[in-house]
Amino acid sequence: MTTTTDALNPAHPIDHGHGADHGHGGHDAHDHHHAPAGWRRWVYATNHKDIGTMYLWFAFSMFLLGGTFALGIRAELFSPGMQFWQPEFFNQLTTLHGVIMVFGAIMPAFTGLMNWMIPLMIGAPDMAFARMNNWSFWLLPPAAMLLIISLFVPGGGPGAGWTFYPPLSVQLGAGMDFGIFAIHLMGLSSIMGSINIVTTILNMRAPGMTLLKMPMFAWTSLVTAYLLIAVAPVLAGAVTMLLTDRHFGTHFFNAAGGGDPILFQHVFWFFGHPEVYIMALPAFGVVSQILPTFSRKPLFGYVSMVYAVCAIAILSFMVWGHHMFAVGFPATAQLFYMFMTMLIAVPTGVKVFNWISTMWQGSMTFETPMLFAIGFLCLFTIGGMSGLVLSLAPVDIQLHGTYYVVAHFHYVLVAGALFSLFGATYYWLPKWTGNMYSERMGKLHFWWSMIAFNITFFPMHFLGLAGMPRRIPDYALQFTTFNEVASVGAFLFGFAQILFLYNVIHTIRGGVGPSPQRPWDGATTLEWDVACPAPHHTWTEPPSLALVREGLIAQGLEESTHVEELK
Amino acid sequence: MQLRRLCAMAAACTPSFALAESPYTFQTPQSPIASHINDLHTWIMLIIVVVFVVVFGLMFYSIFKHRRSVGHQARHFHENTAVEVAWTIIPALILAVMAFPAARLVLAQKNTTNADITIKATGYQWLWGYDYMDYGFGYKSRLATPRAQIENYKDGAPPKSPLYLLEVDEPLVVPVGKRVRILTTANDVIHSWYVPALGVKQDAIPGFIRDTWFTAEHIGTYRGQCTELCGRDHGYMPIVVKVVSDADFKTWVTAQQAKAKAAQDDPNKKWTKDELLARGKQVFESNCAACHKVDGKGGGPFPALAGSKIATGPKEGHIHIVLTGKNAMPSWAGLSDVEVASVITYERNSFGNHTGDFVLPAEVKAARK
Ligand code: HEC
Ligand code: HEM
Ligand SMILES: [Cu+2]
Ligand SMILES: [Cu+2]
Repeated sequence: MTTTTDALNPAHPIDHGHGADHGHGGHDAHDHHHAPAGWRRWVYATNHKDIGTMYLWFAFSMFLLGGTFALGIRAELFSPGMQFWQPEFFNQLTTLHGVIMVFGAIMPAFTGLMNWMIPLMIGAPDMAFARMNNWSFWLLPPAAMLLIISLFVPGGGPGAGWTFYPPLSVQLGAGMDFGIFAIHLMGLSSIMGSINIVTTILNMRAPGMTLLKMPMFAWTSLVTAYLLIAVAPVLAGAVTMLLTDRHFGTHFFNAAGGGDPILFQHVFWFFGHPEVYIMALPAFGVVSQILPTFSRKPLFGYVSMVYAVCAIAILSFMVWGHHMFAVGFPATAQLFYMFMTMLIAVPTGVKVFNWISTMWQGSMTFETPMLFAIGFLCLFTIGGMSGLVLSLAPVDIQLHGTYYVVAHFHYVLVAGALFSLFGATYYWLPKWTGNMYSERMGKLHFWWSMIAFNITFFPMHFLGLAGMPRRIPDYALQFTTFNEVASVGAFLFGFAQILFLYNVIHTIRGGVGPSPQRPWDGATTLEWDVACPAPHHTWTEPPSLALVREGLIAQGLEESTHVEELK
Repeated sequence: MQLRRLCAMAAACTPSFALAESPYTFQTPQSPIASHINDLHTWIMLIIVVVFVVVFGLMFYSIFKHRRSVGHQARHFHENTAVEVAWTIIPALILAVMAFPAARLVLAQKNTTNADITIKATGYQWLWGYDYMDYGFGYKSRLATPRAQIENYKDGAPPKSPLYLLEVDEPLVVPVGKRVRILTTANDVIHSWYVPALGVKQDAIPGFIRDTWFTAEHIGTYRGQCTELCGRDHGYMPIVVKVVSDADFKTWVTAQQAKAKAAQDDPNKKWTKDELLARGKQVFESNCAACHKVDGKGGGPFPALAGSKIATGPKEGHIHIVLTGKNAMPSWAGLSDVEVASVITYERNSFGNHTGDFVLPAEVKAARK
């Protein structure tokens, strides 16, 4: 069997028999035959594709909102002096920008991708817990509403930065409580989403697909999900302690009552550092799918890639102190965190070398997904290198809390996570919509974003080196030129994303024509073995061993036997 | 002789140099630690540039040569243990080599012993307080840029001064060539004391004391800013360090000590209401106005004192909240009895509050027990 039986007929009633084998309450699934129409399809959604679609649209709208806040920041910073906002409101803009981009845009976008693609890539009919999946998505819009409403309560939104350090966050008004509850909801959603991903990947893989033969995106998703399960409760604990300090008279973070404000920073960054890998690892996965496809060559060093991902995940629990080099650790702690942080650069380097070797001696073509993957590789490497500079504690003493850090994390988050998300969207859009996107518009989007991104963020390195603090609404005159450049770049970058939105809508409406089932001749993973667009239900029967093996051989994960070569 | 004159001239020029710095890298280092940081940064940048050239060189070579449009055929290798081990070990070794100078520098930064003078820097929302522990005086250091230059909401703001946002009314003054130990703490939220040219940054944490040190190598004025988000005016609490010769420092200290003595309240003095009000206005404006505003109207999370139940109610409650603090309101027990008494008297009889009563230092003293 090469394609699913109902591939061409999405309305064809089928049951989730395959799912029952894996113990996910197969009986409930019987009453759910085909997609209900209208709003019910989305509100009651249990289909992984519908839920994935909702995640992706939600994430994109949050990206536009968070981007609007970023432009609010950059507009104010175009010239010295206060032009548009009061300083309080500026602080709320930076906070909400950070919170929305991290928890509202990047994380849900990856969860959406995982929802859509993991079952397709490992040959599963759906996610393991379809109803919990619905719940994990629908917690997000209320969380976003809380964040937006917070701006309108007395005292305005949370203004303590996305890191919410007390005592400042204890001092602020009710907007902070809205922020805390929003984080609770988003944390719950992440935990449920992660349990679903772990269960699906561990229990529902196609026959013959052992763990070390999964697509790399499944691997990074698995590790990411474990990281989230480990640290989302830690964040929830930290903000709950904030909440009780604010309202119930506890003194976790108040020295006058025997607490310690630095305790919060430890707990927060114990979450926060793994969090940056939660945003980076799925990006690694995406790039590890795209590069081999367009190089027409298997991924280089699959096993070392897996080890590198696991090493990064484990080390990520041991480096949180590098965000706190300026709090005044004893020398031993300062040294420990510095050494561990330098160490984590090694597996990250391994990944970069592996990707370049994947391209080496390939037969490359440069469609939009490939451009974004290469863009990712270039810019993520730069972000990694500025990370190496920051890992040296003495140098970080100069750079901590300055624009250098803003430059560094946007190189890894925007150019890392976001560019990989754009790449992933272009890569799988034909499978999602059944239509081909406009390659010309896609390439324009890439080059425009790439150039505007660097205009925006590269000068920030210089600002940080010269000593401009971050999170300030106004600055000394010697910082003017680079701030002007950065602001112009930011608006250019913003406009490029409208082009992306237009291209996606255009593709949904037909694009440049229907896409073949396998639009990329170098693509070898299982999602390309289902019809285009992917029907509502796929892999209701698991792919055959032969089909799985065919893919694994093409990916260099299995040797072909003589018999197969003759075929 | 000539050489010394040259040195003196160069030293005199440093403040103006400070503005004509290269915009692409660190400010010119003015302390041994800052120079070492600079060197370490230069080293790591060299390594990075080499790695960058190799990595990007290989990548772009591949991108141009190994493309289908030039007819390149894919070669299906996907593993090479030797290469993979090499590119794990070699970066690890390079990093191990870098770790040595970095670790040595960490130890030097952390060694705050043998200080020649010790100064406590206290972060307040939104100004710095400096206490010269060895000399028994202290003062507050506030942004000197006028609000009118900052607020450009309407046309017609005056032009910005060259040191816009980096100027204060009273800078920190330290002698050149001496080991200065800075103790940091804060009164309300976390701040961070940062002077780039001297290579110091240390968070100031309420309820805790941390320390750092520097030795300024040249006479001059060095400027930095608070680098930990501390609320509304985080961008408006600069740090200015004026490095002077030893002799100038001694003269300055003597003058400051005399000034502190003159300003001290005589404990046996009989205070009249008007005297208390005048003193209270000073205390209010230097300590309380940051949150409650000069006109007592407050704003955001900070309540108005004008018409406040506590500020117009019984004296005891008013004294209590000032001495013990409440939530985001810090405790002011560190102020003297006279200061507390006068500021409370001022609050009860200003901003449209007319309790008509007044609080004597003795009452505050009693309330402290
Ligand atoms: C860091 C900001 C801050 C500073 C500085 C500050 N206050 Fe307050 N103050 C507050 C806050 C916040 C409250 C409200 C506390 C609460 O009720 O939770 C408050 C409340 C008060 C109240 C009670 C008002 C009411 O009606 O609740 C008085 C009186 C007061 N402060 C006096 C002072 C005096 C006197 C000073 C200076 C010596 C001062 N404050 C400095 C933040 C500040
Ligand atoms: C249009 C693109 C973007 C622009 C122009 C932009 C701009 C900025 C600026 C200027 C700041 C610094 C604010 C300050 O310190 O004063 C900032 C902070 C931040 N940005 Fe972005 N950003 C963009 C996209 C993103 C994305 C995609 C993410 C994804 C995670 C992100 C995450 C953050 C975070 C976490 C902060 C820190 C917020 C804080 O200080 O609390 N940004 N951004
Ligand atoms: Cu980190
Ligand atoms: Cu500050």
